[in-house]
Amino acid sequence: MSSPGLDTPYRRREESVTLERLEAPLAGTQVEPDAELFTINMGPHHPATHGVLRLLVTLDGEVVRDVTPLVGYVHTGIEKSCEDQQYWKVITFVERMDYLSYYFNAYAFCAAVERLLDEQVPARAQYLRVAHMELNRIASHLFWLGTSALDLGAVTVLWWALRDRDMVLDLFEMSGGQRLHPRYFQVGGVIEDIPPGWARKCLDFVAQMRTRIDEYEALLNENQIFLERLRGVGIVSKERLKQLGVTGPLLRASGDPWDLRKTMPYSTYEDFDFRIPVGTVGDHYDRYRVRIAELRESLRIIEQAVEGMPEGPFITTNRKVALPPRHELATSMEALIHHFKLVTEGFRVPPGEAYEAIESPRGELGCFVVADGSSKPARVHMRDPSFINLQCLHDMAEDELIADLIAGIAMLDPILGGIDR
Amino acid sequence: MGAHGRRGPKRGRRVIDATGLELVAWAVREAMGEGSVRQTVFFRDQATLDVRPDDVHNVLGFLRDAADECFDVLASLHGCDYFPAEPRLAVHYQLLSTERRERLGVRTRLTVEQAETGGVPTVCDLFPTANFQEKEVFDFFGVRFEGHEDLRRLHMPEDYEGHPQRRDFPMGGEPVLYTFNEHKVPRWYE
Amino acid sequence: MEIRRQPLQTEPQTFPPKSPDELRVRQLRARQMLRGEIEDSDLNEFVESRMGLTTLAKMQNWARANAPWPLTFGLACCAIEMISVVGAPRNDAARFGAEVFRASPRQADMIILSGRVATKMAPVIRRIYDQMLEPKWVISMGACASSAGMFNNYALVQGADRFLPVDIYIPGCPPRPEALLHGINRLQEKIKGQPDLGWRERYRAQGTEEVWGRTGAEAPNGGAG
Repeated sequence: MSSPGLDTPYRRREESVTLERLEAPLAGTQVEPDAELFTINMGPHHPATHGVLRLLVTLDGEVVRDVTPLVGYVHTGIEKSCEDQQYWKVITFVERMDYLSYYFNAYAFCAAVERLLDEQVPARAQYLRVAHMELNRIASHLFWLGTSALDLGAVTVLWWALRDRDMVLDLFEMSGGQRLHPRYFQVGGVIEDIPPGWARKCLDFVAQMRTRIDEYEALLNENQIFLERLRGVGIVSKERLKQLGVTGPLLRASGDPWDLRKTMPYSTYEDFDFRIPVGTVGDHYDRYRVRIAELRESLRIIEQAVEGMPEGPFITTNRKVALPPRHELATSMEALIHHFKLVTEGFRVPPGEAYEAIESPRGELGCFVVADGSSKPARVHMRDPSFINLQCLHDMAEDELIADLIAGIAMLDPILGGIDR
Repeated sequence: MGAHGRRGPKRGRRVIDATGLELVAWAVREAMGEGSVRQTVFFRDQATLDVRPDDVHNVLGFLRDAADECFDVLASLHGCDYFPAEPRLAVHYQLLSTERRERLGVRTRLTVEQAETGGVPTVCDLFPTANFQEKEVFDFFGVRFEGHEDLRRLHMPEDYEGHPQRRDFPMGGEPVLYTFNEHKVPRWYE
Repeated sequence: MEIRRQPLQTEPQTFPPKSPDELRVRQLRARQMLRGEIEDSDLNEFVESRMGLTTLAKMQNWARANAPWPLTFGLACCAIEMISVVGAPRNDAARFGAEVFRASPRQADMIILSGRVATKMAPVIRRIYDQMLEPKWVISMGACASSAGMFNNYALVQGADRFLPVDIYIPGCPPRPEALLHGINRLQEKIKGQPDLGWRERYRAQGTEEVWGRTGAEAPNGGAG
């Protein structure tokens, strides 16, 4: 592990990670004093498709005694880049943080800026946003399901989940123009109304998806291998999870019904009738069941949103913030000036700070925006759920086998773009 | 300061309002001393307390345990650089009460010298979630947290110099080539 | 022993056969051969019309091109599209022989850099690239791997070709799975040595390729053998 000529403090600390750091934590575990501890590196490149996560795992035989995540391998400096971009350009940057739940990132940022601007979002835009966010939740959970089942050995589920995810991405392509990162949400609403036929296709998808979820459940719910690998493994109490700041399906699986869509509703979620699945035991199996149940609830929300969508503008009519429709540019001078100012300089936001939190598929996604009166934000920070949830990996995997660590990473659903930003 | 009623009826969701914030500030001053809370900010229905750096641990402990209305979750800990306004660096804490479904922000501002020498006391013992987040703030802003067990860089490589998210840290990257400067700017392989 | 060399005289067999009758004739001929009923010059003619001549290099390239085994190397959002290339039944990389994603660099032929390359990750990628065995190819998928995309800042390496020789660049943010498959197809053509330059021919842009390794003088050529 030592390279000649490289004796930086970093290397020295890395080489001492096995023993020095563990003196205190070993007190509560069942390690014999003369146990031979072996630290391995599950490096940034490893076959679990959860991104470039590096783990230093200290093993006692096959039992994991300590897990230290080392992150930063896809750190992109998004937050710093955002300080140099106009507000509507920041949406593209911010979408790429937690790259499976792009609409949620965009919504958190747009909501924070709308709060700073004191801007009203029309009802149709709210419903469109909700529909797209719930579709994105389904896509994210499907991807999680596919890759987690792949980690645990159920390869078929990967093909099925990606097939269904392609249907959702078709809907996104129809409305926003691109499968991933379509920059559909804008400050004040959405960039464009849905095309004709989108609502029909969406409802068809909802109907089809219900039978597909039944197929997944039939395959996995009572699958002996799944039960053996996930039942009773990785139990963390909900008090400990709250202390660690963990939110989302992980917290709900351990019994705490905290979901921001119900507890602190934002963007017309209070108009919809849906339930929050909550687990009982708090093991990996409950986490799996909670997410599958969330798929069903999301379908209910989408159905209600699409069927009950009100008529109206799809973006705020405040021309200082949103672009005027193209046909107005030929007739109205003010529209032309607004268009010009918005595209070249962007809208200005009065000084202030705002923190807006929403419920993303992984937990509480918060966006903190500081505005200084110019057309570029002074600070954009995303409170990313995967970053905070990663801290519970240690609790989940301690005194479990390596295979349970893999299951733990899978059930944790980390997205490294969000962790590293 | 403050905007009310523009989002429609709250439908049963309570939010700390301006008077509520003043009550919290008064309670904190009672418990911690007069100088602990420097300022209260109520902007767009969001409440923030500005406290002194040395008092951060005590204030958060008070708000978690001993206040009349406790906040049990630290939702977020993040830093900010208010350059050129002094004191420049700031650490923000977002507290959340799951019972009353309220949020409260606590903010502390310190100069670069204060941040690099003494810094801010860590709150990892009160809220273990602060572990990674304090490392991130240290990495990006250079704010030291006293008492943190393992204050190292998190995202940047361990031996990186500089604190990238400070406002005076250059953006980096490479110059964008347009037709007017493509013959003057040397390429990276030259 | 006297060796006589002469070029092949017979017309090579076409595929597919021109009519069902011709197919029947071929089937009966094949049955005769299997029974050992064809002799001498008839046998020569039979074999020559069914033989394809090529060089060993071309055959090797054909084999390599049709089975490029990628390394599982997902970095960021482009990895999601890459996984839907291999996973989703709609865009199936198995058609092109690329569905076997190997986890170990020793067993992989090509590395698809899908996602943004942070400065912290660059030495890791280089090490993995070095561990791959020749012949190896690099596809830089997406804007971020090709040129840092929109992230012109301190944290990213401005294009993976600063430390790796790249064969194919695929633009997009993220590129559609079809774009990735198109890139894999172009890589296959490159491996087979018959690059269809398309627009370059139209603009008479031969010899002005910006692809590393083509000129041979600069960065180490990791391209086709």
